[in-house]
Amino acid sequence: MVKALVVRTAGTNTDLETVVACEKAGFRADLLHVNRLVERPALFGEYQLFIVPGGFSYGDDLGSGRVFANELRLRLIDPIREFVRAGKLVLGICNGFQVLVKSGLLPDPLADGPPSVTLTFNDSGRFEDRWVRLKAMPSKCVWVTPGDFMETAVTHGEGKFVAPAATIDRLEAAGQVVLKYVDAAGAESGFPVNPNGSLRNIAGICDPTGRVLGLMPHPEKHLDWTNHPRWTRKAPRDPDGLRLFRVAFERLSR
Amino acid sequence: MKAIQAHFRKLDREPTDVELETLAQTWSEHCKHKTLTSDVVFNGTTIPNLLKSTVFRATEELARPWCVSVFKDNAGIVEFDEKFNVCFKVETHNHPSAIDPYGGANTGLGGVIRDVLGCGLGARPVGSTDVFCVGPPDAASTPPGTIHPRRLLKGLVAGVRDYGNRIGLPTVNGAVFVDERYIGNPLVYCGTVGILPREKSFKAARKGDRVVVVGGRTGRDGIHGATFSSAELHEKSEAVSSGAVQIGNAIVEKKVIDTVLQARDLGLYDAITDCGAGGLSSAVGEMGEELGAEVDLEKVPLKYEGLTCAEIWISEAQERMVLSVPPEHVDRLLKVFAAEDVEATVIGTFTGTGDLVLRYSGHEVSRLGMEFLHHGLPREPRVATWAEPKVSDPRPPEKKDYREDLLKILGSWNVCSKEWIIRQYDHEVQGGSAVKPLTGAGDDGPSDAAVLRPILGSHRGLALGCGMNPRYGDLDPYQMAANAIDEALRNVVAVGADPTRTAILDNFSWGNPNDPETLGALVRAAQACYDMAKAYGTPFISGKDSLNNEFRTGGKTVRVPHSLLISALGIVHDARRCVTMDLKEPGNFVWLVGPTRMELGGSHFMLVNGLAGGKVPTVDPAMGPKILSVVARAISEGLVRACHDLSEGGLAVAAAEMAFAGGLGLNMFLEQAPVKLLTGESALLFSETPSRFLVEVRERDFGKFERATEGVPRGCVGQVTATGRLELVGRGRGKVLDVSIAELKEAWRKPLAW
Repeated sequence: MVKALVVRTAGTNTDLETVVACEKAGFRADLLHVNRLVERPALFGEYQLFIVPGGFSYGDDLGSGRVFANELRLRLIDPIREFVRAGKLVLGICNGFQVLVKSGLLPDPLADGPPSVTLTFNDSGRFEDRWVRLKAMPSKCVWVTPGDFMETAVTHGEGKFVAPAATIDRLEAAGQVVLKYVDAAGAESGFPVNPNGSLRNIAGICDPTGRVLGLMPHPEKHLDWTNHPRWTRKAPRDPDGLRLFRVAFERLSR
Repeated sequence: MKAIQAHFRKLDREPTDVELETLAQTWSEHCKHKTLTSDVVFNGTTIPNLLKSTVFRATEELARPWCVSVFKDNAGIVEFDEKFNVCFKVETHNHPSAIDPYGGANTGLGGVIRDVLGCGLGARPVGSTDVFCVGPPDAASTPPGTIHPRRLLKGLVAGVRDYGNRIGLPTVNGAVFVDERYIGNPLVYCGTVGILPREKSFKAARKGDRVVVVGGRTGRDGIHGATFSSAELHEKSEAVSSGAVQIGNAIVEKKVIDTVLQARDLGLYDAITDCGAGGLSSAVGEMGEELGAEVDLEKVPLKYEGLTCAEIWISEAQERMVLSVPPEHVDRLLKVFAAEDVEATVIGTFTGTGDLVLRYSGHEVSRLGMEFLHHGLPREPRVATWAEPKVSDPRPPEKKDYREDLLKILGSWNVCSKEWIIRQYDHEVQGGSAVKPLTGAGDDGPSDAAVLRPILGSHRGLALGCGMNPRYGDLDPYQMAANAIDEALRNVVAVGADPTRTAILDNFSWGNPNDPETLGALVRAAQACYDMAKAYGTPFISGKDSLNNEFRTGGKTVRVPHSLLISALGIVHDARRCVTMDLKEPGNFVWLVGPTRMELGGSHFMLVNGLAGGKVPTVDPAMGPKILSVVARAISEGLVRACHDLSEGGLAVAAAEMAFAGGLGLNMFLEQAPVKLLTGESALLFSETPSRFLVEVRERDFGKFERATEGVPRGCVGQVTATGRLELVGRGRGKVLDVSIAELKEAWRKPLAW
């Protein structure tokens, strides 16, 4: 049995559909409050996939994901590093991506030092809910097949990926830039194709092992064909978001 | 006041301040709805208990077996599937929003979410709605003591956005209405839908249960909120009453939801309710109505020191719930909350003595009999009068070309795109979105209603829609209400809901009921609610009224338009059968279902032409339900590619919206349009006759659709094209409209593209 652990805390709000995504893909999924993990870090040992889902952890009161990021960094960093070293998978979605970035777990969970990339306020200056198209770039990431497309929703106010140009160059060269926002023809473009102004249209990155993935869009919002905004106009298709979880399940089942 | 005097004279003592505050809150218009539950002498005839004789009576007489709990609990409950029930409540938060739009809308949504969490033994919130009535956002100036409508609307949207998005609740349906009379007293409606296991739908506190308060701490915010909501607004309201506005924190409420639902599933309490208007006073008072209760006020956790006993008792500090907990479960219950850092405190006991006793450190500060508190309020019969207003009936102008009229209507505040608002709300969270508020080829057409799948393993859905048209109320409040009901039902039927499994909610926002004509208009609207609920077989399951929506400035009182919001909750048997309003494929045929009559009164055509009067749109109680039924059947049989209801702006606006949402053209020939007593082209294009739909049908389904809609007036009036133009040939005078969909869309998109 392959088991997924979805962690939640005050203000997590996409936990239920994330659990459903794991279950639909074949995982047995548990939803645990972070207090339980702090009490018993050994719980990590029971799982092969660790997910930090979306929401507004602690209200994003000190910046998106910041408080939860500190909680992971200061109280759970060792079991999480052990989890990654053991060849297991980690996923951060939206607020979970912000948490992974602001805790320094991305772009490299095994490196010390301050965060080298960040996610900040959308160029539009406000929360945006819209569907986007993503292209999987040639990368080390084990979660996607390069060249694949995924359509799903973004729902955030602070999703603009920002880093010094040299850092992004390095990430691209190292195969850590996983997903980019593209238009219907597969080309990179401005707003609203890129909904937040992310530099180089980056929607998701991974760590040097390719096993830790963080992304702003919500794959768990596209688990059923009726989720797609244009489903009444087209013939049914396998829901894109579910595919991501299936790939993870197949890899961990091997 | 005299009843209170007599009561305490009998007891031979003076009332304490806490007792007076408790009575003021419990007997306030906001909490007791004393006007609408009074006898009303209407044009000389007595109507006993107005609401019971109209809205409730329709539901009672319909006796739908799928209605589980109506007009009893914090929200109305109906059946969803074999395992779950669904509940729905819509509240107003008008007066707080007038002086603090962000805080008012924020806590308006927060409050109605708690209504749902406190419904039955607790429901999980799964979706929300919001309707705003505001002054024109382009008003040149506004009177002293008011907030400019543009700034107000921005504050309202931000308030709903920040609460709903943070708590993780999709905000999926709503509307904005603009009228100058809302400048001083805007209206803010917030609704929430919840899902609860069928066996958790009823509650009853038991003798000996402990009173437990959970969630936020109590502070000095929201003091006198209930009584403030029941008074007229004026130029100094902001300075005098800002302390009555509550302060919201969505994350605290999310934590309360997370933990309360765990405690519910463990069966650790007998009853639950929210601390809403009137705070602990209202929550404990209502829960212990049959039992009586003792509360030790010093145990209530406070945000800061220095609150008086009365302040602790009536504060409307947010994010608090009250539970009735059997003594043997108290320890386990407190652990559930402590495990997730939520404060839960035992503050008293439901005693069984029938008295509500409050103590502070052992000193008794209040002792009221529950009987007097809940049934001691004397009811005065109210006087209401109504005379049909004399309305002129000008001949609508006939024109060669209606391009300008159509563009103006599309760009009017009530019709124009609300994308700027909708995209700031998360309508995807919880993962069950099936029909989104924006739809079509470019994800930006206006959906008639939203559909959610609250249980992700199932394709059963909930359609949420609403109907409202204050402009008709100036001409005829009865027809205003009838149209709102028909519109709410049309909206949910248009996306695929089952009209025989649809329930509705009423929210009246009215002026001062001491004015007999104002109350008379309300009586007419309530009578329409009864008549239409019966005609359509659609029960009301919950409702609320907000009176005294008036603003006093410069020695003059401005009353808001009579504003009845009808919200509809319809069951969708299979979300994979839903349809959206955008045109799908060139070559398909477009049918007009439902007859068009000469009804331009209150219409947007009259508005943009600067005309008053006209015949108000009238609901046909025999034909309306039939039309809903045939359209619903055609959709469930898969015969419909797109469906859009006709509302503001009539046929021309609905056709334009369908075309630009689909990114396709539409050729219309109105020779075949079903009409009744209608002359002229402008009425056919812009009349707002209710119970009409435009329906797109594939060529191969033409005959089937024709047969499925037999018995109702309908005609094939057009064909979808790839030209990207809306072309319209009238009844005999050639082309009266030929506009590109890009131009139509731009006119519609522009006003609120902030």
